[in-house]
Order: sequence, then C-alpha cells, then structure tokens
Amino acid sequence: MAIATARADQRSGAARFEQNAATRDPPWVKAVILAVSLGFFALFLLLPLIAVFVEALRKGWSAYLAALVEPDAMSAVRLTLLTAAIAVPLNLVFGVAAAWAITKFDFRGKQLLITFIDLPFSVSPVIAGLIYVLVFGAQGWFGPWLSAHDIKVIFAVPGIVLATVFVTFPFVARELIPLMQTQGRDEEEAALVLGASAWQMFRKVTLPNIKWALLYGVILCNARAMGEFGAVSVVSGHIRGQTNTMPLHVEILYNEYQFAAAFAVASLLALLALVTLVVKTYVEWRSAEIDRRGEGP
Amino acid sequence: MAHVRAYRVLPAFGLSLGFTLAYLSLIVLVPLAAVVLKTATLSLPAFWQAVTSPRVLASYRLSFGASLLAAAINTIFGFLLAWSLVRYRFPGKRIVDALVDLPFALPTAVAGIALTALYAKNGWLGQYLEPLGIKVAFTPLGVLVALIFIGLPFVVRTVQPVLEDLDTEIEEAAASLGARRWQTVWRVVMPTLFPALLTGFALAFARAVGEYGSVIFIAGNLPMVSEITPLIIITKLEQYDYVGATAVASVMLAASFVLLLIINGLQGWTDRRSAKVR
Repeated sequence: MAIATARADQRSGAARFEQNAATRDPPWVKAVILAVSLGFFALFLLLPLIAVFVEALRKGWSAYLAALVEPDAMSAVRLTLLTAAIAVPLNLVFGVAAAWAITKFDFRGKQLLITFIDLPFSVSPVIAGLIYVLVFGAQGWFGPWLSAHDIKVIFAVPGIVLATVFVTFPFVARELIPLMQTQGRDEEEAALVLGASAWQMFRKVTLPNIKWALLYGVILCNARAMGEFGAVSVVSGHIRGQTNTMPLHVEILYNEYQFAAAFAVASLLALLALVTLVVKTYVEWRSAEIDRRGEGP
Repeated sequence: MAHVRAYRVLPAFGLSLGFTLAYLSLIVLVPLAAVVLKTATLSLPAFWQAVTSPRVLASYRLSFGASLLAAAINTIFGFLLAWSLVRYRFPGKRIVDALVDLPFALPTAVAGIALTALYAKNGWLGQYLEPLGIKVAFTPLGVLVALIFIGLPFVVRTVQPVLEDLDTEIEEAAASLGARRWQTVWRVVMPTLFPALLTGFALAFARAVGEYGSVIFIAGNLPMVSEITPLIIITKLEQYDYVGATAVASVMLAASFVLLLIINGLQGWTDRRSAKVR
C-alpha cells in the first residue's frame, strides 16, 4: 500500500507543480517551453541517433550484415571487447578500493585525492593518449628499454588498453564515493563487532549496500571503454586487423567513403549506448525504489 | 575530537589507500608529469613560439570561442529541457529523460559521423540549409553543432536535481505576497538555480574544450579556420614534433586544471545554496 502510493507520487512528480496554482505555468507558457525544449532535444539528440541507423541500412540488410562480418570489422570488435574486459575490471577494483579508503577512514589530503581521481575527466582525450606516447613511445622515457627488449606498447594493444584505463579511470569511484559517504561506517562496524570476518563484512554488508551504484559505474565505464576514440586514436597506429578498435574502424571506413559500412559498425556502438541508457534508467529506478521503501540509505 | 584518535575497527585501510595511491600514480600522475617534464626541456622562447604560432592561436580562438558559445546555448536550452522534465507532464517524458544522457553513452566518433550526415551539403538538414546560404559541415559552425551535442547533458543533469529539490513553498509564498508568475520565476526561482546553471555551463565548457572525436568529422579541419586545438596536438604528433605537441598540450592542461578548480568551487556553492533553500 505504501509502495503503491510512493509509486503514484513518483509518476506524478510534475503533477505536484501543475496542480498547484502557485507553481503552475500558464498553458501557453507550457506549450512554448515544451515546443522549444523538445524541438532542441529532437534536433540535437534524437535526429543524430536516428541518422546512424537509417544510414547504416541505406544499402539494405545484406550489405549491413556483410559490413559487420567482414574480417577487419570482426577483429575490431574483438579488440574492443578485449580492451573493455581488461580496463573495466581494473577500474572496478580501483573504484572499490578508493571509495573504501576515502569514505570509511579519516586522513589528511582526502579532498586532494578526490580531485586527483576526477582528473582524467577534465583532461582532453588527445592528451590522455599523448602522455603514454611520452612515457612509452620510441622517444619516450622507457622507449629505448622497451625496443631493446622487443616490447611494443605504443601503436600496439597495451597502449590502447592503457589509454582506455586512463579515460575510464574515475567512473566507478565517482559513483561509489558519494553513496558510501552518506552510508557511513556503522553497519560495517556492527558486523565486525558481531564477529564477522573482514570478507564476510564486505560481502554481506558493504556489497549489498552499494551494488546498484557499482553496477551503474561499471555500465558507464564499459560504455566509455568501448567507445573511446581520441585517446585510443593517438596510441593505436591504426593497423587494420591488429590495432583497430570499433570507433577507429568507423573512422577508417568513413574516410574511405564506405559510408554505409562505417554507419553499420557505428550502429553497433549506438546500440551499445542505447542498452547502456536502458540499464542506467533501470538502475536509477531500482535505487529510487529502495530509497522510498527505506531498505537502504 | 582531533586529539582522541579513535581505534580503527574497519579493516584494510593501509591496503585500500596504498593500492589507490599506487594505481593513481601509475596511471594518472606519473604520465601527466611527463607532459610537464617534457615541456621543461624547452627554452622559454622556444616554448612561447610553439604555443603562440598563428595557426595555434587560431585554434585556441576556435576551441575556446566555440566552446563558450556552445556552453551558453546549452545553458539556455538545457535549463528549458530540465524545466520541462521536472515541471510538466507530457507523453514520452521517460524516454526523453533517458535519452538526455545519450552524448555520455554514444561514442564520439559515432556522433561525429552522424552529425556530418545530417549537416553535409547533401545531408538530411544540409540540403535545406545550403540554399539559404548556411553552411554547417566543414565550417566553424559545424564545430559549434558538435560541441552543443556533447555538452547538453551536463547542464540538464546539473540543473534537474536542484529543480526537483526546490520546495514549492517559496513559490507559494511569493505568489501569496502578490508576485506575478514571471516575477516569481525571475526573482525567486532563478537566483536559487543560478549556481547550478553556472556549474552546468562550466562543465559543458570544460568538456567541449578538450573534445576531439565528435568534432573532427564535421569540422573540415582547415588550418586557421576550422582546426581545433586537440587536432593541432595530433597533427604535431604525426609530424614527430613531440616537443611542440607537448607544449600545446601543457597549455590545454593548465586550462583544464583552472577549470577543474573553478568547477569544484561552483559545485560547493551549488550544494550550499540548495541546502539553504531546502
């Protein structure tokens, strides 16, 4: 019963304003604002999204499928999956560790640490690629040593993974830190006092409390890992079939005027983006639900 | 309180903080330091020449100018969109709300080619704009369009929660004291939203300055005309001018740091302002 009311409240969030004489806009104002804002939305967000799929299917389904199963496209898909499979778990572990240290303990320089964690978001992706060229490139710090040992980082897969780890660095930590800050440390302390081991405490107390935020962070991290273009472009070397990720493959096809094929590969990435948004919406709805029921924070 | 140090009950402080600092240093701090150290190998006149050559200056004007304009446009329309999502009921609202985040989730290269398909001479929209004398693709206007696309969610997602948390009581009070609706919005609601709007503006601007993927397809990349600063860095790298690329990158990094500090300050202001109202 309480849940049903809460749901009704949420659904009619805007009704709260529209049914109140003090906060209600005149109908013509509402019409104008809706027309302008939704027109802007349609022009700048909806239309590009539709364009991807329409252009991808311009030459029909068989050409569309042919562009996807072509060997270079398949190898780009594989490299993209591999990159995400390394970068996402690394940043997941980092995100949990960083959030644990920052939210459960007091230490000096905490605010500075949080600012540093956010740093990759404010650095241009091109610079994210450049820094690894400066460290591992032929003229870089470790360049001579690496080439003496026949190890390739730049213009090879390790460089692509590193650049991807950099640009997706803050995603998980950023979702967890504010949530765990509001949760405090009482529940964990209680678990330990009641005799739980550290691992039991984490698995049975911490993890259930943060699971939705964790999932949310992982989804965003994954979307960016699979879609990163600028940083990866700098370190990749664009070798077809070897160091091409899906976004780079899109670029190559596009620059060769194979527009339908470029949009076909792009449509896979657009689908990934849509799935990301669906999961994100679901996760937000779930955590709002938990909030209302008072089960969680 | 400061002197009585509580015994740490929770485990793994050393482990988690140690790992955090090591990973942060390895992935972010040490490589970023490389930019500073590499730049330091340049003499001051050489550095100055690298970062102020006419072509580089033109790219700053475009990158920063188009980013400012895009952020300003996004602030206006992002506010209207946030207002519509919070205040009005309309069909398809959930879908609109979810799709606002599309620029966060859609790879920039995909956005770039999609926008180009729309605005090129024979494109969906370009074919109608071209006869009117409006060229979008392969001009600075194209850069602006791409930067509007990627910046929009920053404004909406900063303003929306503040607008949602806004108590109806202050508007009721204003109305009962005889204020007209537009006076209430202008004098009561807008001042409360101002820090959030400014934060959204700064976030959209910061993102736009460094943006690369969505811009290069639609920009045409003409030197002195439609070449953005991140592309200058890439071009210099492709010519093996590592020092020149790093010098320009250091200017952009400095701009990013300043923006990061400003944004941190603005976010604190937003939180305090909305907390007071609540």
